[in-house]
Amino acid sequence: MGKKLAVTGNQAVAEAMRQINPDVCAAYPITPSTEVMQRFASFVADGKVDTELVTVESEHSAMSACIGAAAAGGRVMTATSSQGLALMWEMLHIASGMRFPIVMPLVNRALSAPINIHGDHSDGMGSRDCGWIQLFSENGQEAYDNLIQAIRIAEHDDVRLPAMVCMDGFIISHSIESMEYLPDDVVRNFIGEFRPKNPLLDIENPVTYGPLVLPDFFMEFKRQQHEAMLNVKDVVLDVAREFEKISGRGYGLFEAYRLDDAELALVILNSAAGTAKDVIDEYREKGIKVGLLKPRLFRPFPYKEVAEALSSARVIGVLDRADSLGGFGPMYMEISSAMTTNGAKPLMINKIYGLGGRDFMPEHVVQVIDELKEIAETGNIRLQKDFLGVRE
Amino acid sequence: MKDTVEIRWHGRGGQGTVTAAKVLADACLSTGKNVQAFPEYGPERAGAPLRAYNRISDRELRLHCPVLNPNIVIVADPTLLDSIDVLEGAPDDAVLLVNTSKSPEEVREKTSAKPGQKVVTVDATKISLETIGRNLPNACMLGALAKVTGIVSIDTLLEDIKASFGSKFSQKIITGNLEAARRGYEEVKEG
Repeated sequence: MGKKLAVTGNQAVAEAMRQINPDVCAAYPITPSTEVMQRFASFVADGKVDTELVTVESEHSAMSACIGAAAAGGRVMTATSSQGLALMWEMLHIASGMRFPIVMPLVNRALSAPINIHGDHSDGMGSRDCGWIQLFSENGQEAYDNLIQAIRIAEHDDVRLPAMVCMDGFIISHSIESMEYLPDDVVRNFIGEFRPKNPLLDIENPVTYGPLVLPDFFMEFKRQQHEAMLNVKDVVLDVAREFEKISGRGYGLFEAYRLDDAELALVILNSAAGTAKDVIDEYREKGIKVGLLKPRLFRPFPYKEVAEALSSARVIGVLDRADSLGGFGPMYMEISSAMTTNGAKPLMINKIYGLGGRDFMPEHVVQVIDELKEIAETGNIRLQKDFLGVRE
Repeated sequence: MKDTVEIRWHGRGGQGTVTAAKVLADACLSTGKNVQAFPEYGPERAGAPLRAYNRISDRELRLHCPVLNPNIVIVADPTLLDSIDVLEGAPDDAVLLVNTSKSPEEVREKTSAKPGQKVVTVDATKISLETIGRNLPNACMLGALAKVTGIVSIDTLLEDIKASFGSKFSQKIITGNLEAARRGYEEVKEG
């Protein structure tokens, strides 16, 4: 096993990028992911990686450069947050539509307006439908581990899709926590050599990228992308099994925490899930059967497996650190869809929390569990969607 | 959660408070503990009041939120006592460590510390001016913290200051910081 270190989430992600040693990296840093690129640029300057670092004039250009380099036949990465991802939006679809396995850390941050630099999931959820694989990470260790695994997942022959690895801005990106790095050679052996598919630089075998496709064939392209997405689950699990062998750390499609016999269940992404685990332990000591499902793979969403994991829950509280204004939170919509696959029909509520980096405290978890308990006892839901820790 | 020590730092931007929290985390990590160190991010301005936090534990740290009930409160700038209730949320047996030329008794009175709360002081500004040549009090505060709480040994701390500062600073600054930490350890006053 590697040595224990105390590092920030951004530092851990930059270290994973150094070990991955991509052929090309496009850089247009933005808070709170800036430190990732700052550190990676140092690795480039110090000759620690062989990467061609392309400094561009916007995030739209960053993703465009990634697409060009991936088409040429390179292993390609960049990193961004918030408005940066929003500006990439057009190119995100092109990356996935052209089936380029670009891997990108996304340090989650709120979207303007009002302008705010802190962590929420509006950026990641806003790119939900862009055809990218999305992995979420509770802490720096998971972000590091997910990034390394994302290379294998994205580049798998049955997949060949871009992947983003999300972690919470500031809460994780700028916090120092203890974690372990793997040795360089172990990471390099794990990810293996990049195998380009139909690269433009293979001039013996010329190919075309980006031609016009009219109604007669467009749907077939989208159907193929969907099929590739359906392959992701198995690949994620296979890669996780192999990763456990080199790291001792196990991963799945999601983490089920004390969920086996849980009558009350919480669904929470990323850093807030850690806070919830401590509170769940306190309730378990009092004999209250509550558990947590922390999704890891959000796109593609593993509906059947999630429904199975939540099958003992009579009441489910889904917490969203992003909102679909005028609708339910994005995670709530997925969990509701999942729960139609097995006829379980639990009672469900949705809480929007932590927008713009609003602190998510243990007392908020207490508040939600107490409400789930009350719903289980009375069968009554007062408000299906509500906000946590907000001034009225 | 008695197996976890929670610390809140009060300092001013540019004083090295965040670095101090990081050095403490590194030092505790080297003794096999799990650690967290994180600042509260507001507009970053030199001189503005800021908070930073540590959690140190034998078990895995999963909480990802600010410390509300600190076991140890460290005040790196004495003028903060005029504007901030530094003991807010601190339990009855908390330790308050303040950089000041005043006595622990005077600080106890100013902060209305409870009888069970331990108040200790060290003149870290004076010591840092004498050792480093600038008002950078936090190496000295860490030395005092090691003495008062035993959360980390002075030897581990000195090793870690050497390692953290080694690549970035001149020998003069490193020697100054080591001396400041040692003097903080020796000159801290318990009330």
